Amino acid sequence: MSLARTERMLYAGCRLASICSGLIVLFIGFFLFKESLPLLLKINPMRFLNDPGWHPTEGQFGLFPMFAGSLLITVGAMIVAAPLGIILAVFCRFFAPRKIANAYQALLSVLSGIPSVVFGLWGLVVLAPIIRHVQPPGVSLLAGVLVLAVMILPTIALSANAAMTSVPFEYLQGAAALGFSKWQRVWGVAIPAARPGIVTGMILGAGRAIGETMVVLMVCGNVVQVPDSVFDPVRTLTANIALEMSYALSDHRAALFVSGLMLLFVVMGFVAISESIRAKVIEK
Amino acid sequence: MLCTGVAVGVGLFFFWLIGDIFLKGAPGITWEFLWDEPENAGRKGGIAPVLVSTAAILLVTLGTAVPIGFGTAVFLAEFSQGKTTLGRMVRRALDVLASVPSIIFGLFGNAVFSHWMGLGFSILSGGLTLACMVLPILIRTIEAGLRAVPLSTRLSAAALGLSRVAVLRDLIFPAAVPSLAAGLLLGLGRALSETAALIFTSGYVSRMPESLLDSGRSLSVHIYDLAMNVPGGDTHAYASAWVLIVLLFSINGLTALCLDHWGKTRMRGL
Repeated sequence: MSLARTERMLYAGCRLASICSGLIVLFIGFFLFKESLPLLLKINPMRFLNDPGWHPTEGQFGLFPMFAGSLLITVGAMIVAAPLGIILAVFCRFFAPRKIANAYQALLSVLSGIPSVVFGLWGLVVLAPIIRHVQPPGVSLLAGVLVLAVMILPTIALSANAAMTSVPFEYLQGAAALGFSKWQRVWGVAIPAARPGIVTGMILGAGRAIGETMVVLMVCGNVVQVPDSVFDPVRTLTANIALEMSYALSDHRAALFVSGLMLLFVVMGFVAISESIRAKVIEK
Repeated sequence: MLCTGVAVGVGLFFFWLIGDIFLKGAPGITWEFLWDEPENAGRKGGIAPVLVSTAAILLVTLGTAVPIGFGTAVFLAEFSQGKTTLGRMVRRALDVLASVPSIIFGLFGNAVFSHWMGLGFSILSGGLTLACMVLPILIRTIEAGLRAVPLSTRLSAAALGLSRVAVLRDLIFPAAVPSLAAGLLLGLGRALSETAALIFTSGYVSRMPESLLDSGRSLSVHIYDLAMNVPGGDTHAYASAWVLIVLLFSINGLTALCLDHWGKTRMRGL
């Protein structure tokens, strides 16, 4: 009798805890929406893209430059980090001796644990002055792209490595038996076979890059503009929220929540794409 | 050749980055730095109040996240086995939660804890915000640990007529302790590295906090503020970054030890 009761209590407690943790994500969506709603009802949502400028206290809510900034930074970081990440994974899997490969993977996981504010500090103090020598002001789109690329490189390399490790050994053996060179085995067999895993890792990396705040806030200069060159400073959606949230009131505050909501949708889109790739692989 | 070249290049780059933080940070580490209040906006003095605030935020985070996360992990691993609708939905929600950017947690925490619940910019708001953020990683690790306990243990216990509560308390939890510790440490590391979610939930007051309702500046926010808003704050920003990295590396080392031990116990169980 009493045993059954303790068991029921345990079950109820655990069930309640899981309902709580499941609801958090819904709460996040709900509160973001609730805080955005006053402004969404007041103005035409297209104005967030079309307004000529970002002067939220004067009723101009053009988020387009920030949107462009976020997108450019993410695309740039992917262009730098994706090839490097794949090459590093190939190195660890096919070219390095076992011990060196293990040490390298350990180095990558150490790197993935370094907080973004430390990357930002390094970018601001070391990298930005170097870029300033080439072309002032130094804090720029390029600085953001490079630091973010370093930051997401471990994610991409480690997941590409995991994907290549799970390619069946028979594929590679078969290719070797057919007289493929090592290079052909890697680029012609291993990478195509591991493609879904590699792409999933890249999408994870892109999601991290677009949601990253501290690095872009510290090294990108935060000027509201669509950049003309990689040396121009930019402001991203995330940096915009971090810069203005502490003093924003009423419509201004709501506009920041709208940009948060936009960001959330983009990241959810990334998650949905990588999930559908994973689902397809499992189907096969 | 190409691969080796790139690997060496990237490796050197990484050592440059880590070496830069360690070399520029280490000279600033003295007892006074750890023990004193910051002076002149952090250019002089130490980081004592910052360390106290950081510890308080982490305590709030773990104090909230551990009971909820533990209950959820037990539910997912023991009661639902991933087959019930609720179990599936919760797992899905947690996967989505894990990918939400930290700045969104900041917005959420600001709207809910600071404004709606009226906690303002406080250690409590910051800690609760981080608790939401670390839940997925906490639950995932603990659940994996509980699941790693072999089925034969459960079946033998059931055959002996032990109740579920007794099985959990006396057999499964002891076997899963290392992974529980690993989950806790991973969550701790994640919370310690977070900055964006704290700027407008726990705020950046650098005085010694007197209660959980005071605003308190975490170590990561201190680094950000010194680097960005205080001209000439670089030296102390580096020293603070040194402290943060050493703390994180120790946590990671402990986690690795736990997971190593977990692997061994699992081997013995088989």
